[in-house]
Amino acid sequence: MSTVTANIETHPLDTYLRVDRLPHIWCPGCGLGTALSCFIRGLLKSGLDLDKVAVVSGIGCAGRVAGYIKLDSFHTTHGRAIPFATGLKLANPELEVVVFSGDGDLAAIGGNHLIHAGRRNLDMTVICVNNFNYGMTGGQLGPTTPLGARTTTSRLGNIENPFNISYLAAASGAVYVARWTTAQVRELERAITEALLKKGFSFVEVISPCPIYYGRMNRQSTGLEQMRYYRNSIVRHGTDPSEVGIDLDGQIIVGKFVDIDRPYLPRPPDGDDGSTT
Amino acid sequence: MSSRGHLEGKLFLSGDEASAEGAISAGCRFFAGYPITPATEIAERMSDRLPEVGGTYIQMEDELASMAAILGASCGGVKAMTATSGPGFSLMMENIGLGVMLETPCVVVNIQRAGPSTGLPTLTGQGDMMQARWGSHGCYSIIALAPNSPQDVYDLTIKAFNLSERYRVPVLVMSEAAIGHMYEKVVIPPVSEIETVDRRKPSVSPDEYLPFEPDADLIPPMANAGDGYRFHVTGLTHDERGYPAMNAEAQDKLIRRLVDKIEKNSNDIIELEEDGIDDAEVVVCSYGVSARVSVIAVERARSEGIRAGMIRLITVWPFPEDRIREIARQVKAFVVPEINYGQMVLEVERCAGNVAKTILVPHMGGTVHNPETILDAIKQAVK
Repeated sequence: MSTVTANIETHPLDTYLRVDRLPHIWCPGCGLGTALSCFIRGLLKSGLDLDKVAVVSGIGCAGRVAGYIKLDSFHTTHGRAIPFATGLKLANPELEVVVFSGDGDLAAIGGNHLIHAGRRNLDMTVICVNNFNYGMTGGQLGPTTPLGARTTTSRLGNIENPFNISYLAAASGAVYVARWTTAQVRELERAITEALLKKGFSFVEVISPCPIYYGRMNRQSTGLEQMRYYRNSIVRHGTDPSEVGIDLDGQIIVGKFVDIDRPYLPRPPDGDDGSTT
Repeated sequence: MSSRGHLEGKLFLSGDEASAEGAISAGCRFFAGYPITPATEIAERMSDRLPEVGGTYIQMEDELASMAAILGASCGGVKAMTATSGPGFSLMMENIGLGVMLETPCVVVNIQRAGPSTGLPTLTGQGDMMQARWGSHGCYSIIALAPNSPQDVYDLTIKAFNLSERYRVPVLVMSEAAIGHMYEKVVIPPVSEIETVDRRKPSVSPDEYLPFEPDADLIPPMANAGDGYRFHVTGLTHDERGYPAMNAEAQDKLIRRLVDKIEKNSNDIIELEEDGIDDAEVVVCSYGVSARVSVIAVERARSEGIRAGMIRLITVWPFPEDRIREIARQVKAFVVPEINYGQMVLEVERCAGNVAKTILVPHMGGTVHNPETILDAIKQAVK
């Protein structure tokens, strides 16, 4: 066996992956591998006890993360990752519960659960990978598809207004909201660590390339082209989330938009509800 | 409110309230639900009672979420329940399937009302019996119980938890408005006299643990989240490791086991109540509130010299095929009263075959049968 192969087999994050399930199912140029490694690095930096971290995913490309990460992990039904995670956290509050799923899963079929978990300020971290379309089923229009974007179900261009999901999360009551693209891995890792350590409902939107389906239909047919576009994002911490909507070709605003404190569920036994900093 | 803990003694409770107390006696410490007539009182009582026993109540945004939440809670190691009625039961179906696939113990109470759709929200029905068996997509087996009084609701809710923990499957308590809103005496025994069952834990180290490797009884030991096993489970067809396996062989192996773990243990699961079967020429087969009404008809038939017997399905799923086949060989006919246009009767008919007649006494819902209509059917059966 060559040295090169041996090096590939001992990736530094292998300890935290179910390596017997690799190779993964994601397409060339997909951002989910980057999002997953940022999540693992951010998790390691948080110092949390990994035996007490549970990952819950819904259905879709991002939903497969639960299957690759070597933690207690639950691949549930389409849209229901958040309510499943709600039960898990409330029944067993010592767990740090992370929902890792996609924009279609969390903002369309699971949209009602997203806003209600935000309203409750449920102490969990949601990592929402936004690739602007339904990738698993072959690139259909989703709740985040920008106006004018072409997909396999909007071949002449999308005529529906998309959700600005960072704004949606903030409006619902999230106490931590950040958005980064997979071109900003250090910032994304840091945001994930902050979100994990934050008490209450934390939401990290990860803008991720989908060159095979979304990119191909929208003049960004390689992962590299999409990453170049994402590198051109504007970092603007503290921007009002209502102003960070994403246009088809416009610059994407990234940064930490919300970092506040208010009472959360489950209420801690010592009576400190997180309402004061 | 003072902390009452376990309520022992004679209580005057509705079926809904008895369901909540049965859950607490069984060790349920998590309830997620959404208000719906005629099951709302279960949620109300759980919201009062669970904090008194160190449990958690959460009102979810809908029944999809309620069902998902109890699965999550159970995976976190806590016995969990939800309660609903027809429309909510329909919304729970997808995640009941997830519970079957993940083999997650939990209890779903359906206080049935007459449907379809919004139907008669405040009035009784038994129209969800086949939905209980087949409502989620795909092929699976499930356990469902049908209580006929508030006391029975209490007892069967405990039994439902025990079966769910034993067989790692969602167990359905199929009650109805007529029982849920009925007030009667309910005797709650001391804690020491209540038998409870807890899921079998893994006996191997985390490195050796395979979440879906069954023991000889076809049931895999279950680790809870946070126990250090770092296991993975998925609603996809999976192998013993819990890893997706997208092929016909894995599907065959998994689905056979999910069905067989219930069907091959059906003798241990099934509970029936029988009266006057030995010399019977006609047997009324019923369940829930309809079984209570049937008893009156059977007694009248006996007083008129008709050799009538009664079998009450306490367990409706898995269906007691063997016993119905056995009885079919000695009787002329089965009479099946139910508050629908013929659901469980299809099972009775399947088992009775051409050996004994099967006569449906349907009722479309809104109230219970008049015993006279059942008596008429008994008379017709022996003609």
